[in-house]
Amino acid sequence: MAELSVKHLLGIKYLNESDIQLIFETADHFKEVINRSIKKVPSLRDITIANIFFENSTRTKLSFELAEKRLSADVINFSAGQSSVKKGETLIDTVNNILSMKVDMVVMRHPNPGAGIFLSKYVNASIVNAGDGAHEHPTQALLDSYSIREKLGSVPGKNVVIVGDILHSRVALSNIFALKLQGANVKVCGPKTLLPKHIESLGVEVETDLRKALNWCDVANMLRIQNERLDISYFPTTREYTQQFGVSKKLLDSLDKEIVIMHPGPINRGVEITSDVADSKQSIILNQVENGVAIRMAVIYLLASKIK
Amino acid sequence: MGQKVLLSEKEINIILHRLACQLLESHLDFKDTVLIGIQPRGIFVAQRLTKILKKEYGVKHIDLGFLDITFYRDDFRRGDKTLEATKTKIDFLVEDKKVVFVDDVLYTGRSIRAALTAIQSFGRPSEIELLTLIDRRFSRHLPIQPNYRGRQVDAINNEKVKVMWKENDGEDVIYLINT
Repeated sequence: MAELSVKHLLGIKYLNESDIQLIFETADHFKEVINRSIKKVPSLRDITIANIFFENSTRTKLSFELAEKRLSADVINFSAGQSSVKKGETLIDTVNNILSMKVDMVVMRHPNPGAGIFLSKYVNASIVNAGDGAHEHPTQALLDSYSIREKLGSVPGKNVVIVGDILHSRVALSNIFALKLQGANVKVCGPKTLLPKHIESLGVEVETDLRKALNWCDVANMLRIQNERLDISYFPTTREYTQQFGVSKKLLDSLDKEIVIMHPGPINRGVEITSDVADSKQSIILNQVENGVAIRMAVIYLLASKIK
Repeated sequence: MGQKVLLSEKEINIILHRLACQLLESHLDFKDTVLIGIQPRGIFVAQRLTKILKKEYGVKHIDLGFLDITFYRDDFRRGDKTLEATKTKIDFLVEDKKVVFVDDVLYTGRSIRAALTAIQSFGRPSEIELLTLIDRRFSRHLPIQPNYRGRQVDAINNEKVKVMWKENDGEDVIYLINT
C-alpha cells in the first residue's frame, strides 16, 4: 500500500512524483465526500491541529480549517497579531507551548522563507507549510495541478505559463517544482524586473511577450501583483503593467485556441485579469478553491496516518 | 503456506443463485430496496447478484451502489500502513429505502460497523440488512450478524479466506489459506 515519502509537507521540492499521484488519488475520494449532503468523515477524530498564521490569509486559512473539520480533527487557530509573538516570544517557544497542549499537527504560514523547515527540525509534530515568505506554498501548487488534471485530463506534456510577479511568488516556485515533476512544460512571463535571475536553471523558459506566451500555452496561471511585497518600483505604473501583462477577453478571443485561465486569488480585478475573464467559462478560479479543500484534506489525511 | 479450495466455481454459482432467491423473497420488485456493495471486494458479489436478479428473475431495475468505508474505519493510525481509499459511487438517495449491504467475507464485523456509519452520509435508510458470501462465525469482535449468508466457515484466526472473481482475479474460486 502506498504512503507519502515525507513526514511533513514543507515544499514540493521534497516530494516525489508518486507522492503527488497519491495525494491526487486521495483528493479524488475527498472531493466525492465534500459533495455529499453530509460532508464529514470521522477519520481524524483523535487528531488535533493548530493553524498558526504569522501572516494574513483568508482563503488558505479557511480552506485548511474546513479541510480539518471535514476530517473531524480538533482545530485551534492562532494569529500572530493577537499573540505573545508581539511580546518577543521565539517561534520555537510559541510552537512548543502550543504542542504541550497535545497538538499533533501544525499548519503554519510565516513571512520568512524556510520557517517550516526550521520548525520541523526542532519540534515534534507534523508540519504543513501554508506559505513561507517567497519560498513555497505547496498546497496551492498541488491544487493548481489537480485543477489542471481535472480540466484537461492530465498534467504531463501540457504547456503552462505562469504570468506576473515570479520574483516574490511562492505560488510560482511551488508550481514550477510541481509541474516539472509531473512532466509539464513551463514558461514564466512578466516584466524583467520581476523575473528572478537564473530562473532557467529550474528548467523553465522565460518569455516577456504575453501574446506569444498565451499562444503557446494550454493553461495560463495569472499571479496577483502583491503590492505588499513590492518594496521598490518594479514597473512604472499599474496601468502600464496591465497593458503589457494583463489578460482581457479581447486578448483571449484573438488567440488561435481556447486556453484555461487560473488565478490563486485574491484577484486584483482589472490588473492581472479583467472581470469578464475572471467570470468567463475559460476561468477555473472557483474550481481551484473547491479543489483546495479536497487537496488539503488529502494532505492532512496522508500525513496524519503517519503520526504514531 | 497451504491452501485448500473452500468453494469451487460451481458451488459459488449455486450459492449466488440461492442468495438472489432469498433477496427476491424479501424484496420482490426492489422498488424500495437498494444494494450497496462494500468496497473493495463486496462490489463483485453485489454486481453478480444484480446480474442474476435482472437476467434470470426478470427484476427490471435495481439501484446498485458502492460504498468505501476507509475514512470511517476504527484502525486509522493503528497499523503500519496508510489506509488507502477506493471509490464510493452512490448516485441515488438511501432516505427511507431498505438498504442491503453486500460483502464477500464477514470476519470481525468492524467493516460493517464502519459501513453503518458511512451510509448515514447518504440519508436515513428505513432499514439495513447484511448479505455476506462467507461468514466466519467464530471471529466476531462486534455484535453483528448477517441476514443472508452464503456459507458459514469455522476458520481459525491465522487462516485467511480469499475470494477470487473472474472479472478481477481470472477465476471464480474461494480458498482457505493457512498462513
